[in-house]
Amino acid sequence: MSIAIIDYGSGNLCSAAKAFERAADMIGLNADVKVTSDPDDVIKAHHVVLPGVGAFADCRSGLAAVDGMTEALSETVLKQGKPFFGICVGMQLLASHGLEHGSTDGLDWISGDVVAMEPQDSSLKIPHMGWNTITQTNEHPVWEGIPTGADGLHAYFVHSFHFLPQDPSQILATCDYGQTVTAMVGRDNIIGTQFHPEKSQKLGLALISNFLKWIPS
Amino acid sequence: MLKARVIPCLDVKDGRVVKGVNFVDLKDAGDPVECAKAYDAAGADELCFLDITASHENRDTIFDVVRRTAEECFMPVTVGGGVRTTDNIRDLLKAGADKVSINTAAVTRREFIREAAEKFGSQCIVASVDAKRVSSEDEAPKWEIFTHGGRTPTGIDAIEYAQEVVDLGAGEILLTSMDRDGTKIGFDIDLTRKIADMISVPVIASGGVGTLDHLVEGVRDGHATAVLAASIFHFGEFSIGEAKQHMVDAGIPMRMDATR
Repeated sequence: MSIAIIDYGSGNLCSAAKAFERAADMIGLNADVKVTSDPDDVIKAHHVVLPGVGAFADCRSGLAAVDGMTEALSETVLKQGKPFFGICVGMQLLASHGLEHGSTDGLDWISGDVVAMEPQDSSLKIPHMGWNTITQTNEHPVWEGIPTGADGLHAYFVHSFHFLPQDPSQILATCDYGQTVTAMVGRDNIIGTQFHPEKSQKLGLALISNFLKWIPS
Repeated sequence: MLKARVIPCLDVKDGRVVKGVNFVDLKDAGDPVECAKAYDAAGADELCFLDITASHENRDTIFDVVRRTAEECFMPVTVGGGVRTTDNIRDLLKAGADKVSINTAAVTRREFIREAAEKFGSQCIVASVDAKRVSSEDEAPKWEIFTHGGRTPTGIDAIEYAQEVVDLGAGEILLTSMDRDGTKIGFDIDLTRKIADMISVPVIASGGVGTLDHLVEGVRDGHATAVLAASIFHFGEFSIGEAKQHMVDAGIPMRMDATR
């Protein structure tokens, strides 16, 4: 099985690649994890991962600057329906618009906007940085066997903006940080997490393993 | 809900841990990666490597340490020490670091924080603030920035400096009290609270931890969102698990996933 982790000049690709390798090992999958900026690799891959850290607009222009990548993503993910995992800003890019430093068009695969977090409690720091628990809001196979809720495992977050999809059924999980924060979105063969599964120890590796086992219907 | 973080810090010189680490069953206590793995398994919330390598030639060893750690530990890793250029940052992030902490280079040239944050995002830029109290007992408290491990005064007000680096784009402050560092008498709570209450980004309290109560005080009284310590963990006085349980018992919400 081949997993393409898209390199568009953003993010800590080394740890994402290592986490996918480890998660595949854990479930006995022989995975070929490739960090790549070649659209052909994305077309050929069984699973596609879009990481991303930094500002929305920078990531969007970084992705657009890789010749043929947006087209390859549309072909593989939207037409062929291969499993897709967006991480952090890679998840935010699924939105219609990002409202960080002005409005920037996203991929618009999931309608909605990426907006600034505004916690009710002014003592809460921005960025939302650290370990938080997760509330599943809609069932999804990737959460199978993972304890969530107030007594569940924790996920590692670092972000100041979050994604508000128009259709609430596309929010798969939230967390609480002085407001309800979108932690995971998805539809069909697409999922995306605001937190970093590659940095979330047990929860992260279990989630990635489930993603690799998942056969979207 | 978001939990407070406990961050063990490893001083690395020429690719080896200095100050010594005393874990049971550790194959090579001088190997930073072995130590990182032990802390990872024990439930540390993040790891911090401080590269105190004396010579420029040996800088490459830290990349190897970070790379090998990223292969084994799926948790956030911060690297500090000798970060002077955006190329330094890129190399560390490429090796597998998630954040870099910037100290002297930003004191010398503040704009470096802005350049780094614009290039890599605020989330990975930690501004290191080494502060020493310069006021006498009967004066209003005043702290100054020191460089070179607390030896060199700069005349810069620590509170103003912290606000300035946050305005320039630092996503987190690593605040070390140079008076307290190594004393084991606890954090400088006045300093920590002053900065934590003033700035919008998270503060990591550092310098002076000798007991588990000190960790509680850093969060409860100092309003830090994370606490960093070295020797109490390295010498096996307390485990990460004991530290976190002690904080839970004191009413501080902590992540206890490691015990599950």
